[in-house]
Amino acid sequence: MNFSFIKFRKIPLAWLLLTRQPLRLIVAIAGISFAGILMFMQLGFRDGLFDTSVTIHKLLDADLVLISPRSKSSISMSGFPKRRLIQTLALEDVEKTAPVNLTYLLWRNPENLKTRSILTLGFNPSDSLLLDDGFSRKADKLKNPGRVLFDKLSRPEFGPIEDWFLSDKKVETEVAGKRVLVEGLVELGPSFGADGNLITSRETYLRLFPANPKGSIEIGLVKLRSGSNPIMVTEILNKSLPNDVRVLTKDQFIEFEKDYWKNSTAIGFIFSLGALMGFVVGCVVVYQILYSDVTDHLPEYATLLAMGYRLKSLFFVVAREGFLLALFGYLPAYFSGQILYSIVRNSTKLPIVMDANKTVLIFILILVMCMGSAGIAMRKLVDADPAEIF
Amino acid sequence: MPKAINKKIKNSKTVSINNLSHFYGINENKKQVLNNVNFFIEKGELVLLKGPSGCGKTTLLTLIGALRTCQSGDLTVLNNQLNGASRKTRQKLRRNIGMIFQGHNLLRCLTAEQNVQMGADLITNLTYLQRREVARKWLSAVGLEDHHKKLPNGLSGGQKQRVAIARALSANPKLLLADEPTSALDSVTGREIVSLLRKLAKEQNCSVLMVTHDPRISDMADRILNMEDGKIFNALSELR
Repeated sequence: MNFSFIKFRKIPLAWLLLTRQPLRLIVAIAGISFAGILMFMQLGFRDGLFDTSVTIHKLLDADLVLISPRSKSSISMSGFPKRRLIQTLALEDVEKTAPVNLTYLLWRNPENLKTRSILTLGFNPSDSLLLDDGFSRKADKLKNPGRVLFDKLSRPEFGPIEDWFLSDKKVETEVAGKRVLVEGLVELGPSFGADGNLITSRETYLRLFPANPKGSIEIGLVKLRSGSNPIMVTEILNKSLPNDVRVLTKDQFIEFEKDYWKNSTAIGFIFSLGALMGFVVGCVVVYQILYSDVTDHLPEYATLLAMGYRLKSLFFVVAREGFLLALFGYLPAYFSGQILYSIVRNSTKLPIVMDANKTVLIFILILVMCMGSAGIAMRKLVDADPAEIF
Repeated sequence: MPKAINKKIKNSKTVSINNLSHFYGINENKKQVLNNVNFFIEKGELVLLKGPSGCGKTTLLTLIGALRTCQSGDLTVLNNQLNGASRKTRQKLRRNIGMIFQGHNLLRCLTAEQNVQMGADLITNLTYLQRREVARKWLSAVGLEDHHKKLPNGLSGGQKQRVAIARALSANPKLLLADEPTSALDSVTGREIVSLLRKLAKEQNCSVLMVTHDPRISDMADRILNMEDGKIFNALSELR
């Protein structure tokens, strides 16, 4: 490897320009970090929203999902006839089906007796609902009427259900004004649409929500025989079934939910706009810092030009300053982002994680921000007239 | 006006000027600052340029230093015709010209040694360590070897001027242009600085053109040029 660039290196002017003015450097780092943190948080919330909105979707034990064409998302599901699900069994590729009801009901906090809306799923305990090894054992307990499984990742406003349950305390409360007994805990996680989740049998569900017609379901789960092509079966079912039902693969069902949050609500746009705001704030801060730095050092830059340095070399000095600021600003933003993600995770139970995509994306954004600002600040360098310094 | 000439012209003189004129402004605001200036500087000469404020000394210095575009007349510096010379030619030529400014213009973020090394960094065939050695050698030559780690803020006016001289000389210039380098110094330090410049210039076979109002250093020059209203009066006068 050729290390001649080390041997023939020059004085690190950009580094010294930045580090010999510590106060200005700290202000610059604080500004860039703030912008970085803002972008981390906004993109974190946006991705968290999209991820949490499909937490249950991903856990469903199904290859295909039947929904009503009128359904918009999990927060506005419409019913369709349960017999459509049974009709799918006519196809040889279909191994088994599971009808699921889904709606929001009012849960009473057994501690302070306040009510709060909770996403409630009703299914036949003998069917497989979730991709969870221990779930079928827990589901057996739902065969008795009035029994529910509570999502322990639900927000604390629903009460200290997990603590009470684990301390063998009988956890009894009301859902939709009817008495229920918590028979077990599951791990699903809240979403932007639901602060908590509850699973019960269809029998209990219909007792809690009697307005729901018995022959109507919101979701139909279809499990295919091994070797079947889900896309092909979906096409066949969509053609053969009446248009009061829509068949999706599990992946399509997940995308269907994400699309709602991305395109039919302002939430995705708001968080993206928030990240853009952070980017703009960062650009302004870095530009101000670099512009005043260039302005302050203009006579010195002019001196260098008079000595025979090329204007291009000075552009590189400012560009290096921009690059160094990007590095210095990114690192605190990254670590602060990690801490804030952890705080948000613990307080909201939202799965906001620092994944590789966000890590790289925000670094690129900060780099673009700093290099772009450096590029604009370079225009001031053209004003450095070496003839004026005599 | 001659056509753009970027090629070198064989000339034994460091600076050769024939009928050089220069103007500022346009139309009715056009003002002539140099009027048919003629003179030359030999190799190793120390020439003082004197004259009242506004007579065109600094303009002449910036033209010789390839900092301005030459408008009219012939200006040959280190065998380069500057009338019509490209920006790149002028930039390359400046690498062979050391400049000492009235305000010394040291880089505030660099130590004395690093400031001098910025000059040495223009010598491309030296390694970083060799260039640092050059910087230390010149700092030592101007008597500041014990101050090499100091930032300009920690140096006196005389010391800063010495650093500026060391910086100008560290790039092995063939021509040194100095604009009132002693104006901010007391008489003893002023003489010391000019004496140092003279000694170093002679050792390096480097010509020096110094703009000054300081009568205390006149006796140290090889020649003194007097300038008034954009004209040189005694271009051929010998002092020593």
